Amino acid sequence: MDVTIKFKVNGIERIVTTDPERKLLDVLREDFQLTGTKYGCGEGQCGACAVLVDGRRALSCRLSISAVDKKTVTTIEGLAQGDSLNHVQRAFLAEGAMQCGYCTSGMIISAVALLQQKPNPSDEDIVAGMNGNICRCNGYVKIANAVRRAANESRR
Amino acid sequence: MDPKGNCQIGSPAPMIGSRPATANLDRRAFIQILGGGVLITVMEPMSYAQQGSGAASPVVARLYLNADGTITALSGKVEEGQGARAELSQAAAEELRVPMDRVRLVMSDTDLVPDDGITAGSRTTPSNVPAMRQAGATARELLTEAAARQWQVDASTLVIRDGSITHTPTNRVLTYADLAKSKDIVAAFQQPVRANVGLTPVSAFQVLGKSVPRPNSRDLVTGAHKYPADLERENMLFGKVLRPPSYGATLEAIDLSAAKAIRGVTAVQDGQFVGFLAPKSLDAAKAMEAAAKTASWKRAANPASNQTVHAYLKEHARAGGGRPTTRGSVEEGFAQASKTLSETYTLAYIQHAPMEPRAAVAEWNDGKVTVWVSCDGPYRARRDVAEALNLPADRVRVIIPDIGGGFGGKHSAEPAIEAARLAKAAGRPVAVRWTRAEEFAWAYCRPAAVIECKGGLDAKGSLVAWDFTNINAGGAAIDTPYAVPNARVASVGSESPLRQGSYRCLAATGNNFARESFMDELATAAGADALEFRLAHLENQRLKAVLEEAAKRFDWAARRRRASPELGVGLACGTEKNSVVAACVEVAIDRKAGAIKVREVCQVFECGPILNPANLLSQVQGCIIMGLGGALTEEIQFEGGKMLNANFAGYRVPRFRDVPKLNVHLMDKTDIPSAGGGETPIIAVAPAIGNAVFAATGVRIRSMPLRLPAKG
Repeated sequence: MDVTIKFKVNGIERIVTTDPERKLLDVLREDFQLTGTKYGCGEGQCGACAVLVDGRRALSCRLSISAVDKKTVTTIEGLAQGDSLNHVQRAFLAEGAMQCGYCTSGMIISAVALLQQKPNPSDEDIVAGMNGNICRCNGYVKIANAVRRAANESRR
Repeated sequence: MDPKGNCQIGSPAPMIGSRPATANLDRRAFIQILGGGVLITVMEPMSYAQQGSGAASPVVARLYLNADGTITALSGKVEEGQGARAELSQAAAEELRVPMDRVRLVMSDTDLVPDDGITAGSRTTPSNVPAMRQAGATARELLTEAAARQWQVDASTLVIRDGSITHTPTNRVLTYADLAKSKDIVAAFQQPVRANVGLTPVSAFQVLGKSVPRPNSRDLVTGAHKYPADLERENMLFGKVLRPPSYGATLEAIDLSAAKAIRGVTAVQDGQFVGFLAPKSLDAAKAMEAAAKTASWKRAANPASNQTVHAYLKEHARAGGGRPTTRGSVEEGFAQASKTLSETYTLAYIQHAPMEPRAAVAEWNDGKVTVWVSCDGPYRARRDVAEALNLPADRVRVIIPDIGGGFGGKHSAEPAIEAARLAKAAGRPVAVRWTRAEEFAWAYCRPAAVIECKGGLDAKGSLVAWDFTNINAGGAAIDTPYAVPNARVASVGSESPLRQGSYRCLAATGNNFARESFMDELATAAGADALEFRLAHLENQRLKAVLEEAAKRFDWAARRRRASPELGVGLACGTEKNSVVAACVEVAIDRKAGAIKVREVCQVFECGPILNPANLLSQVQGCIIMGLGGALTEEIQFEGGKMLNANFAGYRVPRFRDVPKLNVHLMDKTDIPSAGGGETPIIAVAPAIGNAVFAATGVRIRSMPLRLPAKG
C-alpha cells in the first residue's frame, strides 16, 4: 500500500505517494532528480548518501521515506544560496579536497552537520565527526584541511 | 570471459595505437549529440575525430578553434579522480599560449575523441600529455603562419601570447577569434600534427607545472556533476540482473511469474541472462528477489577459499616457470654464497571498491545504441558492447562522463552490456546500477599471489645471488633494482579461483612488498642497517636520491636507535613506471591485542618534472593511505565460490581514524620527461610497515594484509 508523505526538501514542499519501503535516497534521486546525494553502499557504512534531516546528519540509504514525513531535508543541492556557495563548499574548493568527487557531497553534508554541533572542532572532533564517511581516493588529509578551513572562515 | 568469469585483463598495458574505423559524422550530428546545452562551434565535419592520437593524425582530431577563440581539446582518457582533466587541459593551454579557462576538454566519447586506449598504467602523463602538447604546439605554429600570411610578414617576427598574435613593428594584433573566421585556418588544421614541433621547455612553463584545480570541481561540491550512476534519460527504466549464488553456477530453471506480478515490472530472459525492469529501482529489486527464490542452480566446483588460496595457486602454477629473465648464473651464485635465505610471501585478493559502483545507461535509436558507463576505456567498452550484442562497432557509441573512482578496477564495462541488452528488450532507455555487494562479488579482484624469494650473501655481506618468482599476480616491478651479479626473476601464471584483473600498480605492490621485506631479512642476516644495506646495492641514482631524502627527513638513523617493542620504524623503496619512491614509517604495536597502528609515514616521490603539484600531492597522499588498507586490513574472504565479506562492514577500508601523520615530499626533477604519479607511490607502504613491525617485535610477517598474532 502506497503512503503519502509530505516533507520539505531544500526549502520546497514535496508530496510523494509511494511504497513506504522506498529509501529516502531513492526518492530524492529517482523522483526529484536530486542526484547529488550518492549511493555508496546501502548499508550505512560510507556516508556518500548523507543528508540533513531537521538539521542533523542522516544516512538516506537506510532511511525509509515514511520516516521523513513532515520533516525538513537538506541535500547537497540545497546548501548554496543561488550562485553563492556555502562556506564548507568554498573550503572544499579552496583546499582542492576532492579527487573523483563521488564522496564529496556526503563529506560536505557531514562537515556541515559537524560544524553546526562543534563550530570550533579539534582534530579529534573532525576525525570523530567525519569517520563515518569513506573516500576511496583516500583524500582524507585535504578533506580534513577543508573542514578546518571552513571552521576558521565561519569564525571570521 | 571464461567459465570462471576471468576476463582477460592480465596486462595493464594500454592499447595505445589501436585504430578504430573512422566514423562519418556530419556537423549537424556532432552538435546535436553533444547535447546538454553545450554549444560549441565546429570548424569542419569531424570525420577525423577518430583517426587516432599519433603524430600523423590531423590537428583537428585533437584540437580545434571555436568561433569565440576558445579551444576544444579531445581526449580518449577518462577522468576518474586522478587529475587527467586538469593535466590534459593544461597541456593544451600551455602550448597554445592561453589561460586554462579558454580550453574545453571533451573526454571519452567514441563519436568525438580519438582512441587513447584504456586509462591505465600511469600512461596519461608520459603518452597523452605529450600528444596533446604536440598537437597544441602544431596548432600554435599554424596560427602563427596564418597570421604571417595575412600580414605578409615573416612568421618569426610574430609574438603569440594570451590567445593573440602580435606583429610588434607595426602594432597589429590578431586574436584567435579573428583567425577562427578565416577559411585558411580551417584548412590548416587539417594538416597532420608535426612530429618535430618545438615544445615549451619546462623552464618556460606558464600553465603546466602549476597547481591548477580540476576544471569541473565546482560541479563536484554542488552535486551538479552527473556521474554515470546519476544519469537519467526520458522514459527510462531501472534494471536489475539476476546473479548466480556462487561463482560458475548455471541456471537450470526459474519462475518469473511472481516477479511479473509486481507493478510495472517487465522480466527479460535470454538463456542465463535474466533481468528485471521497472520505473522505480525498488520494484526491479523486489522482482529480482521474488524470482531468485524460485531459481534452481547447478553449482560449479569451487575448491579454494581465502584460507587455502595460496596452496591452491602454488599447486596450479603453470609448469615451465613463466619466462624468467636471468643474468649471470643463479646456481653458481648460490654455490658461492656463504649465507642463503629462502622465504615465501603471500598476498590476499583485494577489491578496488571505488565509491561509485559500476553503472550504465543504455538507449537505442534507429538500431544504434548509446551507452553511458562508469569504466575507464571508451573504445574497449564499445568493442565489448558491440561483440556482446553482435553489432558492428559503429552502431555503438560509448560516453564516459567523469567517473567515481576506478584504481584499475574499471577496465571492464559489464553494466554497459547489461543495460544495452535490457534496453533493447524493453524498447526504452535502461539504467543498471550495481549495488555495493555486486561490486564486491562480481567486479574483478586484485590477484592474490605467492612470491618465493631466495637470496645469497657472500662473506662480506654483499648480495651475490637472487631468485624471485611471483605466482599469479604478474610481472610489474618484478626485476630487482639492486645490484646482484646472478639473478633470476619469473612471473608464473596460475589458475585463479576468483575473477582477477588490474589494480593500482597491480603486481608491483606485491613484488615490492616481498622484495623489500626480504631485503630487510637479508640486511639482518648480513648484520647491516636496512638503509646502508640498500644504498650499498643501489645503482639507480634516482631511487638512491629518494631513499636518502626520505631517511634524512625522517631522521632514520636516530629514530632507528630509539626503537622499542612498542614502537618500530621501517623503510622501503621501489621503482615502477619510470618513477621512484621511498617511505619511512613509524608503527605503534599493541602486542596483547595484536594491533599495528601506523603513526607516521614520511614518503619521498619523484616522477620527473611535476606537471600539477597539488594534484600530484593528492595522488601521493591517496596512494599512501590506500596502501594502508592493502597492508593492514583489506582481504576478500571467500569460500565455495561466494564472497563472505561483500560489504564495507566486513571489508575494512581506511577511514579518517586510520590516517597517520603524513610527511610527503615531491622531488621535481626537470631534466627528464614526466612520468605518471598515481600508482607507484603505493608500493613502498606495506613493506615499510612490515619492516617496522619486525624492528619493534622481531616478528617477520610475510603476508599481506599484515597480521600480528595476539600475544599473552
